[in-house]
Amino acid sequence: MKSKKTGRKRIKQGSIVFDIINYIFLAAVAFLCLLPIVNVLAISFSSSAKAAAGLVKLLPLDFNIQSYKYALTKPQFLSSFLISVQRVILGVVVNMFCTIVTAYPLSKSAKELSGRNIYAWFMFITMIFSGGLIPQFMVVKQLGLMDSIWALVLPGAVPVFNVIILMNFFKQLPKEISESAVMDGAGHLTILCRLYLPLSKPSLATIVLFVVVGHWNEWFNGMLYMTSPLKYPLQTYLQSIIVIRDSSTLAGASKETLEMLSTVSDKTLTSAQIFIAAAPILLIYPFLQKYFMKGLTIGSVKG
Amino acid sequence: MKKTKLNHFRMNFKKQWILHVMLIPMVLLLIIFSYYPMTGILIAFEKYNPTLGFFKSPWVGLSNFEYILKLPNTKRVLYNTVYIALMKIILGMIVPIFFALMLDLVKHSGFKRSIQTLIYIPYFLSWVVLSGILIDVLSPSNGIVNELLGVFGAEPIFFLGDEKLFPNVLIITDVWKGFGYGTIIYLAGITSIDPTLYEAAKMDGANRFKQMRHITIPCLVPIIILMATLSMGNILNAGFDQVLNLYNPAVMTTGDIIDTFVYRIGLQNSQYGIASAMGLFKSLVSFLFISVGYWLAYKFADYRIF
Repeated sequence: MKSKKTGRKRIKQGSIVFDIINYIFLAAVAFLCLLPIVNVLAISFSSSAKAAAGLVKLLPLDFNIQSYKYALTKPQFLSSFLISVQRVILGVVVNMFCTIVTAYPLSKSAKELSGRNIYAWFMFITMIFSGGLIPQFMVVKQLGLMDSIWALVLPGAVPVFNVIILMNFFKQLPKEISESAVMDGAGHLTILCRLYLPLSKPSLATIVLFVVVGHWNEWFNGMLYMTSPLKYPLQTYLQSIIVIRDSSTLAGASKETLEMLSTVSDKTLTSAQIFIAAAPILLIYPFLQKYFMKGLTIGSVKG
Repeated sequence: MKKTKLNHFRMNFKKQWILHVMLIPMVLLLIIFSYYPMTGILIAFEKYNPTLGFFKSPWVGLSNFEYILKLPNTKRVLYNTVYIALMKIILGMIVPIFFALMLDLVKHSGFKRSIQTLIYIPYFLSWVVLSGILIDVLSPSNGIVNELLGVFGAEPIFFLGDEKLFPNVLIITDVWKGFGYGTIIYLAGITSIDPTLYEAAKMDGANRFKQMRHITIPCLVPIIILMATLSMGNILNAGFDQVLNLYNPAVMTTGDIIDTFVYRIGLQNSQYGIASAMGLFKSLVSFLFISVGYWLAYKFADYRIF
């Protein structure tokens, strides 16, 4: 009896010790995960001298917002920012329109829409097979879309994955809703706009957030299709100042030169620009978190 | 009989035409931006001349492929791609599963939620932003990572300039970006486990570690299988965005992957035929793996995409 009691006590103690270790472990990982971000954020608010000397750790030294002020007065930076904003708005409108008008018919059965499965496969194939980078680039060029903001929006105008998420959501809406509406003489457009869309606000919100993040963060097409740096969206512009892209000048450069090149650039200014580029995402982050959870459960993983 | 069929068709059309109209934008856009570029696969068999286009450039048969096979870099690039991609797939699953299990053992829900929120942040930042951050913190002269290691007496390490370390830096930083997202998927899986199972186990005197071993982990297996099969298609996706923003000539031998190779050869050196041949090879292999992945997911996890 007695030994049993102490045994249980030992388990309990072991369990508490485990809890403490587990809490510390999780907190440490979360801390390490954010450390790089916090460090660079602190650099962006520090004086260039302290930053260049590598003294800034987690808190800014000689706190100031000069770098942000300077970044925001650079005409190139501002114009890139505006192009990104335009791109996100245009992208959301085009993507959401295409997603909705495609998801609704495909949510019908093959009986209600003849050829439904052909349409679905037609769309799905583009998700698993692509012509590759070079042909895609050639097509955009042939269409005369180079340097146009449409080059950033149209090639990905039908986000197949999002269409599937919304389609699956529409499918699981109770059939009675549309049936009774048909009885009342409602057409497909009325059913879609008056019933389906209001009912799927959470999934629509999730998809809008997907699209906003996707378009805001995309930089490669900006580099590919914009021949003039003046037309770069923000992430592309940022890429061009952060990453030393012309590798030909660096071929054969020694480690020391490479290292020097990566530190001579104005550290605080670059850091500030990084955070302005990340700011919109961080601002909508609370919503992202809330809706992505929901989006995950409706969409990709159904178990 | 014939008449009724025709009538039936008419009826159908009357009810359905609007649905077909709604699908027009999708069909047109995909023809222009997905199917038409697929005909560009022809470039892989041509000495492509942009002024002549996909269909009229001179045909060279398989010589682009032969050229690739002879290139000394090809083997390296393939090896790098598969190694980096495979390690990302494996660690990209193990780390979030482990983390989700540890988080599940936390009773304090506020703590649990805060940790989730914090580790999820890098997922939403672009590789451009993250590369900017990484170049700074991994710098051998005054980056915070080396300063931290210095506390333990380590010599400064040039993470982004050392060809031995570089692939591992890619893998670890990719896990850093993605594991918060993965953790949330697996945690969602854990919360959907039938709570009566745990109650029964408690009655039988199972402690939380036993519950984890005998209930949580077995119940997660279907999701794990699903994620594994669906990630098979990424076997040649070593992460173009990440590599292009982090690599440099010093780490070319271990850091160059198919996508960056295609980009450099094709768009920077304008050797379109050779780059397309490489791209086609990647598309075909990926297609094979994605198809098998979906098939396995359907077979073993009853997953249907539509």
